[in-house]
Amino acid sequence: MTDKRYGANFIHRQSFIELDARERATALIDAGTSRELLGPFERVESPWLAMQGVTPQEDDGCVVMKGKIAGQAAVVIALEGAFQGGSMGEVSGEKMTAALDLAYADSKKGTPTSAVILLETGGVRLQEANLGLAVIAELLGSILLLRKYAPVICLSAGMVGCFGGMSLAAGLASYVVMTREARLGLNGPEVIEQENGIDEFDSSDHALVWAIDGGEQRFATGLIDALVEDDTPQVVEAIRRFVGEGVPTVHRSSQVTLYRSRIGALDTSRQWDPKELRTLWTAKSATEGKQ
Amino acid sequence: MEQIELTYPAKRKIPKRAHVGVVGSGDMEVLLEPAEGAVAHVFIRTSVDGFGASWKAVLDRFFAKYDGAARIQINDAGGTPGIAQLRLEQAVEVSEQ
Repeated sequence: MTDKRYGANFIHRQSFIELDARERATALIDAGTSRELLGPFERVESPWLAMQGVTPQEDDGCVVMKGKIAGQAAVVIALEGAFQGGSMGEVSGEKMTAALDLAYADSKKGTPTSAVILLETGGVRLQEANLGLAVIAELLGSILLLRKYAPVICLSAGMVGCFGGMSLAAGLASYVVMTREARLGLNGPEVIEQENGIDEFDSSDHALVWAIDGGEQRFATGLIDALVEDDTPQVVEAIRRFVGEGVPTVHRSSQVTLYRSRIGALDTSRQWDPKELRTLWTAKSATEGKQ
Repeated sequence: MEQIELTYPAKRKIPKRAHVGVVGSGDMEVLLEPAEGAVAHVFIRTSVDGFGASWKAVLDRFFAKYDGAARIQINDAGGTPGIAQLRLEQAVEVSEQ
C-alpha cells in the first residue's frame, strides 16, 4: 500500500497530535464560539496529588470547552495526555461527568448538545485509586444518558491512546474517531505483559502493539467509525460530520448479538493474526445491525 | 514536591492574565495574573526538591527585565532553567498581546 501521508502535502499538514488539550478543544469548536468552563484560573485542582508529592495542574488535566460545532451546540472535553498520562482523578472525572450532565440537561430541554471527548488516557489515576474508579463509573452513566439525545463522539489522536476504564467510554460512544498513531484497548500492552508474561504480549514490540491496538486495525475491524490523518482540518471535518449525523439508530455497544457471535465463531485453539481478523471482522459487518 | 515563594518589586499594571504550558515531564505550567500594588509574587511548586537557588537565579534574571505587577504561579514537573525562562517569557507575551 502506498502511504499517502508522505506525499507532497505532508509538510503542509497541521499536526493535531502536537497540540495540547486546550489547543485541541479550541481547534474543534467553531471560531469565536468557544468558552472554557472551570479553566485553570478557577484553580480546581486535585487535592490528593500534593499530599503524595506530585505537582498538581490547575485544571487537573481536563479541559472543558463549550461552544458550537458546525453551528450546533456542543461541549468538548479534552484530557491532557502529558499531565499524569491523562489519568482520571476525582476532579478531572467530575469535570467530565458534570459537562456531560449539563449537555444532557440542555439536550433534554430542546437544545441537542453533542459531546466530544478527547481521550488520551491510561484510565484511572493510581494516586486517587477508588475515587478515580468511582468517577469513571459515573461518567459512563452520564454518557449513556446523553447519547439518547445527542451524539457522544470519542476521539483518540495519540500519542497516549486510550486504555483502561476510559476505553469503556470509547466503547459506549456514538462514534469513535482515531488516527493511525493512536491506540485503543482495554488493557494496555505493558499491563498485559506484566500480568501474563512477555510470551503473551511483548509491549516493546511496537509493530505488534500497533497491529493490534492501533487506529488502522480498529478501523479495519469495524470497531471505530473513522480513521483520520494527523491533520487538524481532517480531524475537525470528521468531528463536524458526526455531529451532523446525530444520534445513530443503533449504538455499537447495543449490538451484543453481533459481537458475541464474532467472538463465538473464533477458533481459540490457535493464534490469530491481526490481518486475518480484518477479513473476518470487516468494517461492513460491524454496521450490519445499524442499518 | 517543594514550594518556593519569591517577591519582586513592580512598576506597572499588566493588561490581562495568561496561562501557558503543561505539567508534563520536563515541562511546567505558568499562570500569570494582574495583581494589586507595586509588587510581584511568585509561587512555585516543583516536583524536584533542592533547586531553590536555581529557581531564584532564573526569577532574578526574569525580573531584571520584567516590571509587571503580577501573581505568578508555576507548577513544575522537572523543567530545566531554560524551559522555565521560556515559559515565563511566553506567559508575558500572551499577557501583553
